[in-house]
Amino acid sequence: MDIANFAEASATLGHYLIVSGLLFGIGLMAVLLRRNIIILFMGVEMMLNAANLSLVAFSRFHPVGGGPAVDSQVFLFFIITVAAAEVAIGLAIIVALYRAKQTMHVEDLDSLRF
Amino acid sequence: MQLAIFWIFSVLMLLFAGLVVVMRNPVASALSLVMCFICLAGLYFTLDAFFIGIIQILVYAGAVMVLFLFIIMLLNLKEEVARRLKLSAFFGGGLVLCGFVYAMVKAVINLPEVWQTAPKLETGGISDVARIGFKLFETYNMPLQIVGVILLVATIGVVFLSSRQLR
Repeated sequence: MDIANFAEASATLGHYLIVSGLLFGIGLMAVLLRRNIIILFMGVEMMLNAANLSLVAFSRFHPVGGGPAVDSQVFLFFIITVAAAEVAIGLAIIVALYRAKQTMHVEDLDSLRF
Repeated sequence: MQLAIFWIFSVLMLLFAGLVVVMRNPVASALSLVMCFICLAGLYFTLDAFFIGIIQILVYAGAVMVLFLFIIMLLNLKEEVARRLKLSAFFGGGLVLCGFVYAMVKAVINLPEVWQTAPKLETGGISDVARIGFKLFETYNMPLQIVGVILLVATIGVVFLSSRQLR
């Protein structure tokens, strides 16, 4: 590949969708493989961010009025705000759980198991 | 050039995301996740979403991950002792993951114009932040107020959850 080609080359929508799918898969792996409840929560955050990445990619590849589709970025702003609130509440629940049970291991938290 | 930046950030991001799963120490996992989110913000910059990239760094890599680290250090979590993996859960999870990857590949392949590069932008000198700001305060003013109420409710909920002893 020569220099002019290299300077012009840019990623396609497929690249971004595949990367976002891989990030989602790694987040899913974190949820399935790890037994520490905080790491599980991090995996959930990773999956949320993978969805955000594909949303931004679609907004860039389907421009409205010459610029990126701004509505989706406003939507993403709301998603990030709600996610921050969700993390705060989730961590408060984890702290309360730790105070009650003294463990972070999901297999020890089985009082709701049938 | 854009392609090179895309590769650098996406490979780094996936690497740090993998480290989150592999690391035994929760603090190391959390710091890897911080790096993963910073690289994700870099990917947003390659997509011309500068405002969202900055918000990603400020809110996710800053506030949210500091909260995670704070909780990990508050609870004084030690390194996880390895327990025997449940084989049924492992294979069930693998099955779910394979199904997901299959569905995703099928969806991406069937999407029209998926391998075309992004169209050129003609923003006319209006910055990203100005566009989003106008949209946010004119079209989406009501949702913005509601999000403020959601943050208030979350704050009250956190104070309530952490102030009394659950049994």
